[in-house]
Amino acid sequence: MAITAFGAGGGPAAAVDAAPKRRSWVALFLLLPGILYLVLFFIVPLVSLIITSLETQSPDGAFAYGFQWQNYVDSVGTFGTQIWRSFFFAILATVIALLFSYPLAYFIGVKARRWPLLQSFMLILVVAPFFISFLLRTLAWKTILSDDGPVVSALKGLSLLGPQAHITGEPIAVVFGLTYNFIPFMCLPIYTTLERLDIRYLEASSDLYAGGWATFRKVTIPLSLPGIVSGTLLTFIPAAGDYVNASQDFLGGTSSTMIGNVIQSNFLVQENYPVAAALSIVLMFVILVVVSVYVKRSGTDDLL
Amino acid sequence: MRSLPEDPMIRELVTRARASVVTRRAVLSTAAAGGAAAALAACAPIGSAAKTLKAGKDHSSTVKSMTWANWPLYLDQDDKKKYPTLEAFQKQTGISVKYDIAVEDNDAYYAKVKDQLALGQDIGADTVCLTDWMVSRWIQLGYTQKLDHANIPNIKNLTTSLQNPDFDPGRNHSVPWQSGFAGLCWNKELLPKGLKQVSDLWAPELKGKVGALSEMRDTIGLIMLEQGVDISGKSWGDKEFTAAIDELTKQVGSGQIRNIKGNSYADDLKSGDTIAAIVWSGDVEGINATIGKNKFAFALPETGGTLWSDNFLIPIGSQEKANAEKLINYYYEPEVAATVAAYVNYITPVEGAKEAMQKIDPTYVDDQLIFPNADTLKQAHLFRTLTNAEQNKYNSQFQGVLLGA
Repeated sequence: MAITAFGAGGGPAAAVDAAPKRRSWVALFLLLPGILYLVLFFIVPLVSLIITSLETQSPDGAFAYGFQWQNYVDSVGTFGTQIWRSFFFAILATVIALLFSYPLAYFIGVKARRWPLLQSFMLILVVAPFFISFLLRTLAWKTILSDDGPVVSALKGLSLLGPQAHITGEPIAVVFGLTYNFIPFMCLPIYTTLERLDIRYLEASSDLYAGGWATFRKVTIPLSLPGIVSGTLLTFIPAAGDYVNASQDFLGGTSSTMIGNVIQSNFLVQENYPVAAALSIVLMFVILVVVSVYVKRSGTDDLL
Repeated sequence: MRSLPEDPMIRELVTRARASVVTRRAVLSTAAAGGAAAALAACAPIGSAAKTLKAGKDHSSTVKSMTWANWPLYLDQDDKKKYPTLEAFQKQTGISVKYDIAVEDNDAYYAKVKDQLALGQDIGADTVCLTDWMVSRWIQLGYTQKLDHANIPNIKNLTTSLQNPDFDPGRNHSVPWQSGFAGLCWNKELLPKGLKQVSDLWAPELKGKVGALSEMRDTIGLIMLEQGVDISGKSWGDKEFTAAIDELTKQVGSGQIRNIKGNSYADDLKSGDTIAAIVWSGDVEGINATIGKNKFAFALPETGGTLWSDNFLIPIGSQEKANAEKLINYYYEPEVAATVAAYVNYITPVEGAKEAMQKIDPTYVDDQLIFPNADTLKQAHLFRTLTNAEQNKYNSQFQGVLLGA
């Protein structure tokens, strides 16, 4: 879905519409692996998940199938805070990541065009973190942000943090971790649209007496919108379900638990599969709604 | 050959593909059938897994290697990061042992391997050390292999009090590795006065600097003991448990407790994120050794601490049972047990280790964390066995606190 945004240059849509209408068995045959893949790895697990979410649990821990709608009510009732918090954190991380990524992508994609070497070098820098395990990087941040670490000591020295305040285990650390970990996902799609931005549009805009800000708002942003939309989706969707950053072993604490942690605990520690399955479906559903509304509103619904 | 992937299904597929060195067509059809069977088996609810699983075929006579999964800071280690007692075992028997520090928390480890166990497959370990209550679950579900005591003659050295636990009378499926206490640990530089009871952790100046264990029986056990409950007795129930949960919820909610986690609490103590915590007795010496100074102290609270044991068991899918038994037997030699105890600082279950310790390092002979006397043991309590229903209910309450719900 969002991936099409990378190639959304406009234009090819018309050609696709004009595809031959006659039935082609070859085409169907070629689709077969894709369909099989979807059925095997999406439809079957999804159905299994829905069935699990409706199971009942006897006091001694055994599960049996029952049409237990109550699971949804109970789990949303118990973990409503965590659901809200997940979306709040994810939106916050997406916005911050966008604020950091856009100027960066603009610089690499537009300003650095004159120096191809610098351009590739900076792209490598954006992608470089992927060469190190995501878990290791997050653990490293835990050490850097720890109470005896350089950041907290410096902030305390500047009296920006109270003597008993700390960063790890607090919501700020989790949002920081989410932002940090997803910035490349935001930066790369924006870069691909800005990289193809035709400078002549900007010149035309200034010929028509638009100032720098107006040009940016009326020309640059609309032209890079497909990149922004796919970048925000690639950041928001995984961030909402993330359970690593908010885990107590990484940057989170009990006051910053996200829904992913709740699902993990229910699936793996408490072995309460119905609740975990119900929460997974709720999470999926809410993300679907949020994303559809967002894409519709941003006027790029051809992405979906 | 490459090591097998962790995912049980893929693991099964790879194993099957490797086992049948035939035409590509045959491999594909086997894989498809195997995948379908494995998928169906995995869909079966856990409760029905009580059907008897077949123990792995023992290849010990030909394959001279095995894997031992254990907790961090739990085996003697020298400056070169080698394990002297294990090296000696390998030299003595010719069995190469892979020592895998894979257990960080009973629940988390169980979650990682339970799908393979339910299918009776190899979990990548031929022996694992887990805590009593978790061992009890494995035995109940038939996930362990019956030990052949003829291969473990040294089991005669097992201390009397641990010979017949309710989950494994006669020790046919499990053998204790180490026992230990859960108690209080503090940073001596910042808290020179130390901690005497659990409520000392709730002092205002420790706000946000306190850690607790994600092992329910230890954290809740300590709080219950302070609230005057006899945790070993059968008499307590929901009311007493909930009272302890309420106390924990209060301390977590107010931000007094910074985090609740498994063995990685050591990292938080080292990094200064916590300066006081509920911890396991022997680890403190290990932490002091890794940072190179005597910074942390341990004590049982005045109202008492918990006593637990971690036990060797042989997972159902292991194919090196006899090798594992040899290893267990080796660690039941008093001299070896004493060497380990001097390093890990936990209570050794091996009779005669105290006498052996006299020769190794006499300063440890009176160490209450290794050879506790009657007075110390009076302060330590076993958490009573919970029924399945209680386990589910209490664990869900406890995990709820961890999740801030």
